[in-house]
Amino acid sequence: MLTINNYVKAKSLEEAYELNQARNARVMGGMMWMRLGNAKVQTIIDLSDLGLDQIEENDHVFKIGAMCTLRQLEQHEGLREMYGDAIAKALHHIVGVQFRNQATVGGSIYGRFGFSDVLTCLLALDTFVELYNGGTIRLSEFVNHKSDKDILVSIIIRKSNRKLRYDSIRQTKTDFPVLACAVVTGPVHGKETWYFSVGARPMKAAVLEKEWEIPKDISDEQLEIYAKEAASQFTYGTNMRGSAKYRQHLAEVLILRSMRSILEEGR
Amino acid sequence: MEVKFILNGKQTAAEVGADTILLDVLRSLGCHSVKCGCETTNCGLCTVWIDGRSRLSCSVLAAAMEGHEITTLEGVKEDAEEFGRFLANEGAEQCGFCSPGFIMNVLAMVKELHNPDIEGIKEYLSGNLCRCTGYMGQLRAIQKYLQSKEEVCS
Repeated sequence: MLTINNYVKAKSLEEAYELNQARNARVMGGMMWMRLGNAKVQTIIDLSDLGLDQIEENDHVFKIGAMCTLRQLEQHEGLREMYGDAIAKALHHIVGVQFRNQATVGGSIYGRFGFSDVLTCLLALDTFVELYNGGTIRLSEFVNHKSDKDILVSIIIRKSNRKLRYDSIRQTKTDFPVLACAVVTGPVHGKETWYFSVGARPMKAAVLEKEWEIPKDISDEQLEIYAKEAASQFTYGTNMRGSAKYRQHLAEVLILRSMRSILEEGR
Repeated sequence: MEVKFILNGKQTAAEVGADTILLDVLRSLGCHSVKCGCETTNCGLCTVWIDGRSRLSCSVLAAAMEGHEITTLEGVKEDAEEFGRFLANEGAEQCGFCSPGFIMNVLAMVKELHNPDIEGIKEYLSGNLCRCTGYMGQLRAIQKYLQSKEEVCS
């Protein structure tokens, strides 16, 4: 059960950060997950008055405020233009519209949850997190940090010529994924580079980078070798939703499908 | 602490604790359509609109509602009754327990989406669970309701 003694709507990030240094303080996002846990919270800090609920786009980046909802991310025209329906695809299985109108991007990323579609998807892109005290660091670095008392301010996706695909397997609609997978490709320093992010293994998402020049007319058999190679470089675990072996097989299939889809688009 | 908000068009004030959830406040204010069905933030029964958007009142801290506008089924009586007739005509309901949250989200969908197809409807309403039915009656009712709205518009 969650109990809270004191609710504060922070008037500045500085105030939020100071309040959050207390041992029993917590920053609230959408409260979707926190509410289901057991905790005695002395002070809960609400960031909703700090203007962090917007997605700003310029020529170089998308800057997603930590209090943006998953629904805002799903419906953002600029993200759709740049990455097609891949980001929406990562989000629309998450419970329902009411849930996504409330769950925040910041909460999803800060939690570094194993089941997170949002984390899996954004990890494959050129993504950074802006922390109040810790500066701006790569999401791939942040994901391996232990939870601390910093405040996640925004998530920044650097625009570049990249293609994104997202897929997941669920035993039933709206459940957590058995496996989630994002594949990105694009030129990096003149070399074609692939990024594979696999989440819900059931451990949290991790990302793999490969400089692979793959011909667009590669046969299915040959492409399968690449997909198996990528999938084999992640570790998998067993839980009530599936075995490690099953998850690795799913990863091979989802990676293969995403790679094929990207190569077909480029033909 | 005292929180002031607009509930179904009326300025309202409630005395709430830091961990009081909106669902409990709404019920204490007489909005008994709002119920908790699952305790896991999944079933959609507690759906209300906050500033016009469907949200799960079981997971909203009442303290955070200062200055917001909240709408429950009690606040959209006419629309709910109109759609309710379509549900009844299709025999879509059995126990009816899930209907308040379901109707709130159907009405939100009608406001947000223009002429959604079956897949669009299913996706929008995937966060509303019904344990009696297979949703077929509800889908028929929604399609007929949407059709009637289109006819009125044209």
